[in-house]
Amino acid sequence: MSRIDDTFARLRAERRTGLVAFLTVGHPSVEDTLRLVPALIEGGADIVELGVPFSDPLAEGPSIQRSSHQALLQGVTPGVCLEVAGKLRAQGVTVPLIFMGYYNPLLAYGLEDFCHDAAQVGADGLIVVDLPPEESHPLRDACHRNGLDLIYLLAPTSTDERIELVAGLASGFVYCVSVTGVTGAREELPKALSSFVNRVRAHTALPIAVGFGISKPKHFRAVGRIAEAAVIGSAIVDEIDRSDPSQTVGKVKRYAEVVTGRRRAAR
Amino acid sequence: MTDTLPDARGRFGAFGGQYVPEVLMPALAQLEDAYREARAGGMFQITLDALLRDYAGRPTPLYLASRLTEHLGGARIYLKREDLAHTGAHKINNALGQGLLAKRMGKPRVVAETGAGQHGVAAATVCAMLGLECVVYMGQEDIRRQALNVFRMRLLGAEVRPVDSGSRTLKDAINEAIRDWVTNVESTHYLLGSVVGPHPYPMMVRDFQSVIGAEARQQLLEAEGRLPDYAVACVGGGSNAIGLFHPLYADDSVRFIGVEAAGKGLSSGHHAASLAAGRPGVLHGAMSYLLQDDAGQVSEAHSISAGLDYPGVGPEHAFYKESGRAQYVAVTDEQALQGFTLLCETEGIIPALESAHAIYHAAELAKRLSQDAIVLVCLSGRGDKDIDIVADALGERSS
Repeated sequence: MSRIDDTFARLRAERRTGLVAFLTVGHPSVEDTLRLVPALIEGGADIVELGVPFSDPLAEGPSIQRSSHQALLQGVTPGVCLEVAGKLRAQGVTVPLIFMGYYNPLLAYGLEDFCHDAAQVGADGLIVVDLPPEESHPLRDACHRNGLDLIYLLAPTSTDERIELVAGLASGFVYCVSVTGVTGAREELPKALSSFVNRVRAHTALPIAVGFGISKPKHFRAVGRIAEAAVIGSAIVDEIDRSDPSQTVGKVKRYAEVVTGRRRAAR
Repeated sequence: MTDTLPDARGRFGAFGGQYVPEVLMPALAQLEDAYREARAGGMFQITLDALLRDYAGRPTPLYLASRLTEHLGGARIYLKREDLAHTGAHKINNALGQGLLAKRMGKPRVVAETGAGQHGVAAATVCAMLGLECVVYMGQEDIRRQALNVFRMRLLGAEVRPVDSGSRTLKDAINEAIRDWVTNVESTHYLLGSVVGPHPYPMMVRDFQSVIGAEARQQLLEAEGRLPDYAVACVGGGSNAIGLFHPLYADDSVRFIGVEAAGKGLSSGHHAASLAAGRPGVLHGAMSYLLQDDAGQVSEAHSISAGLDYPGVGPEHAFYKESGRAQYVAVTDEQALQGFTLLCETEGIIPALESAHAIYHAAELAKRLSQDAIVLVCLSGRGDKDIDIVADALGERSS
């Protein structure tokens, strides 16, 4: 069984909602990423998405655009992201690590090479925001040759035919984008979210993670009622940006504890 | 014949496709269906043709530039006068087509991106005429250098939203327009201005712009009884060039030359010549040639002309390049300025800086050809919007 499958099996056994935590590699620095990932896991993250920065992140709102831009200024490339994943494993990180990014940097690295190297450093899967199922076959093949899951996204606009198409290709879990929109923390979750997730559920037995717009404990609890996991990205990036550099590790850990309900909010 | 291209997956050979977030895939399918339906039925084409004639002023003239020809002493140069179309550039051809399509799909709101402002003005114009809400995304840097067009768009009732990310130019304006579209996809049509982006845009925009080449072909046959030896057009995203080339595709004797912006020179790193100096990659939903670094990050383009200042290019051009059907060359800022003043002085026509790239190359080419030869150039737009930039550039050189 893969680490991703194991994780969802354990979540089910423990009757817990999983936290999939996203951060951009190299935001604010590569050294920070190596400290922040363990902090997120200590705080309750079950899976970590390592954002591979791209110059033109067209599905991202302001927070992740900013973090990507800053990471690129630090010289973060797909190669650096692979190194970071390797170092995290060497530090003893055991949760699933998933690279999330855009297609062109992977193409430039070479799809087969990237998947090979990702597997070597101990990564578990890839999420590629601008790669719908129709265009995904070359990367999916490369992923599977190297034992990685390619995680597919579905959106509220996805028709039943498209959900079926993704269900036939997906492994690991299915990522349901909660809103028609870009990434970024929002006040409320959309009302139609549960009917969308149920629509997806009717086509696949895979676990479902819901992302985009999730930032508060009440969002996390609401997602937990309909899906196996919640993905939080922008809110973590915002937390990092807001914190005094000397306190970021503690703040991020605390944020994960609070959002998952392990600790009550102090403010 | 490329009438069979793109294929069912939106590909021109290895190029094109649909590399977009899942949320947009249904909208692209809806757009393609609406477009194919509109094209198949009679009324859409009849309405579009009437607007192209009565509103946009088509057909635009084909003009034999005799003093320019005489001055160069070589091939006869014909100018396809897209600068005389309403709003002063070829962009209106596509804006009318997509505006009608937005109406047909029942989408009351339109977003568009613009570089030089020509497409933004065309979109704002069509939206005013059709009663659609219009939001135009424009890079901060382009707003600075194309102030006249910003004012025109606002006069036409469009909201111009400045884009402050990345290089603050066309590429970033497209990113923001796509983000808006992702967010408001139910109510909004993205009126993309060039033959770039995900399928069906490269096909659809090509078809709407093909009126340029179809008219020019007919007009030249009437004037000369034969087809040109060369067809020359500037290439940023490449819509005026595809519009000229596509209807001549099967005419094997006509050689196509696309002129990209070499900026401060191809070796300077400050240019916008994706085909001449880039390599294949994915940007804005399509696989095509792209200026990028080794790690696959998209490079910032540079050109004196805001409309060519784009690190990508339409996938059909990438296909023409690989198949050898078209040749792509690059012209520097400096040379484009020479082309600009040459046309002003010999013909009394102020070309857009974009078109001036094509003029410069056509002039160099015509010099080397015999007087029997014919060079057809797409004069894609008028240059009033560029007067300040040219004044600055010429001032700098003389000081």
